[in-house]
Amino acid sequence: MTTAPETVGRPTGPAPTVPATPVAEPVVVTDRLTKRYGKRTVVDALSLEVRRGEVFGFLGPNGAGKTTTLRMLLGLVRPTSGSATVLGRPAGTSVAEVGALVEGPGLYPYLSGRDNLRVLARYAGVGAGRIDAVLDTVDLTDRAGDRFGTYSLGMKQRLGIAAALLKDPALVVLDEPTNGLDPAGISEVRGLLRRLAGEGRTVVLSSHLLGEVEHLCDRVAVVASGRLLVESTVEDLRGLGRLVVDARPLDTAAAVAVRLLGPDRVSVVDGALHLQTSPGETAAVNRALVLADVDVTGLRQEARTLEEVFLQLTDGDADLPPDAAPARRTRRGDR
Amino acid sequence: MSAATAVAGLPVRTSGSLPSIVRAELLKLGRRPATWVLLGLWPALQLVFSLLIPYISYRRGSSFEGIPPEQVLATTLPDRLVGNALSGLPLFGGALLLTLGALLAGSEYGWGTLKTLLAQGPRRTTVLAGQVLALLTVLAGTVAFSLALTAGASALIAGAEGAPADWPGLGELARGFGGGLLVAATWGVLGMLLGTALRGTALAIGLGLVWVLAVESLVVNVAAPLLEVFDTLQRALPGVNAGSLVAALAGGTVRTPGVVAVVDGAQAAWVLGAFLAGAIALTGLLLVRRDLS
Repeated sequence: MTTAPETVGRPTGPAPTVPATPVAEPVVVTDRLTKRYGKRTVVDALSLEVRRGEVFGFLGPNGAGKTTTLRMLLGLVRPTSGSATVLGRPAGTSVAEVGALVEGPGLYPYLSGRDNLRVLARYAGVGAGRIDAVLDTVDLTDRAGDRFGTYSLGMKQRLGIAAALLKDPALVVLDEPTNGLDPAGISEVRGLLRRLAGEGRTVVLSSHLLGEVEHLCDRVAVVASGRLLVESTVEDLRGLGRLVVDARPLDTAAAVAVRLLGPDRVSVVDGALHLQTSPGETAAVNRALVLADVDVTGLRQEARTLEEVFLQLTDGDADLPPDAAPARRTRRGDR
Repeated sequence: MSAATAVAGLPVRTSGSLPSIVRAELLKLGRRPATWVLLGLWPALQLVFSLLIPYISYRRGSSFEGIPPEQVLATTLPDRLVGNALSGLPLFGGALLLTLGALLAGSEYGWGTLKTLLAQGPRRTTVLAGQVLALLTVLAGTVAFSLALTAGASALIAGAEGAPADWPGLGELARGFGGGLLVAATWGVLGMLLGTALRGTALAIGLGLVWVLAVESLVVNVAAPLLEVFDTLQRALPGVNAGSLVAALAGGTVRTPGVVAVVDGAQAAWVLGAFLAGAIALTGLLLVRRDLS
């Protein structure tokens, strides 16, 4: 059984300062963006910001309002109230500069992959030369002459991404690009996303693959029931990892830990020290405990995953303390 | 690409021009098997029912629909070109072209391709303009093809039978082409309106066919002779006006179902023009005002 964490000691010393980093200009800004269908509020006063050059994860359970939000950014759906600007202009007026894949690749099944891109290139006012380039990017050159209807799901998604890249856009919006894919398809799309991120484009990525979001995204927004729960960097959202230390005597170990890390990062749970640390601090903690004649019998790093944070947030318990996340998961597993 | 600069510092990209979008739509239409089936079927049926069956009937020496054989031959000769090329347009040709229009607009919703097209940046009205212009282009080609096909077959019949080949004048041909295109475009765009309004193809085609083949026929043949209100109403129906226009263009007796001069040709042309403009406007209104969710 897990007991409630017990805070040890009091704050000592100044809070650590974080060096200021220049903030890139925002390319997507929504201000109390709201969409209602009848009495149903699908997006509820959503205010968020995506900055130039970042990979922004847009997370939320099914029906959270992610796709509707992205559609509003593209001008496909009109907001009921609030506003959104994309690339400095009202949403919908800058679509020609945005590459988008929203809710699956909507392409013509009777046309070949190349002809689909030819149609879209003419709509976008893009030269035919881009077609070969994007086919190469998504590794579909060999199958470009085949009808879209004969493609596998993974190939369809890749062609949808190719369509989104036709305009060589500064901003790419990808809504669930891995939906319905098998592991091989997911792997294909994952590689593509990494390449897009590596090219320095601003990417807004809505995905259920939290592992991918965790590794690819600079910042994330989590929405549920149309409301923004949190907008943050992935690191801030996950918070510090947890180092669980089994040590005797416990009170001496706790005192050493408080001196080293400060009281806010130290707690005692079930007879073990729970320390909020980064992985790089583990050795220092161990060294300090040993030097203080503490017997360390166990030392393990437990990082919170984005999935844990996401589940915690979207289950309506956004104010739970960080340590409660694993307990919540256990309870969910017991159901 | 425009030289304007966005607030965010990026050059403003614009989407494709209208001619470029028309070319995209023509590519879609040209590569779609349904286009060839529907557009090919009308001239083929037209040829069979206007020329082939009457000519076979003549060759066998039997009367056709009560007309003696020598008069049957006269109905297949080049001077009847306009009527023979267009007589199927008000009814079965109209049904086929309405189906084409419904497929053109409705399948954009079924396949989710409308959002993909709009995501390239064009205005919604530009998308509609491109689709309508592309449809008009293929319909013009089909009307011209039907005229050419009928002309060729009539010339063969006239040559084979040693009959006079009196071709209609250029003015009559031009009026025939324009009138045929007006009828074809009206049905095609009404199909687009149904496909857009119902956001799909199946119901749009079903309702359209019931209207063309059943409802109008019931109003004209059953209700109008009994009640004056329906007699007045039928003069505003697209099928009745299409039939009246083709009857006026044919200039003589056309025995094809649906080709009856209920109103004069000029009035029919105005009414069809109003249907065409109204259907385009309504489709545009639906396209512009509705969310694409």
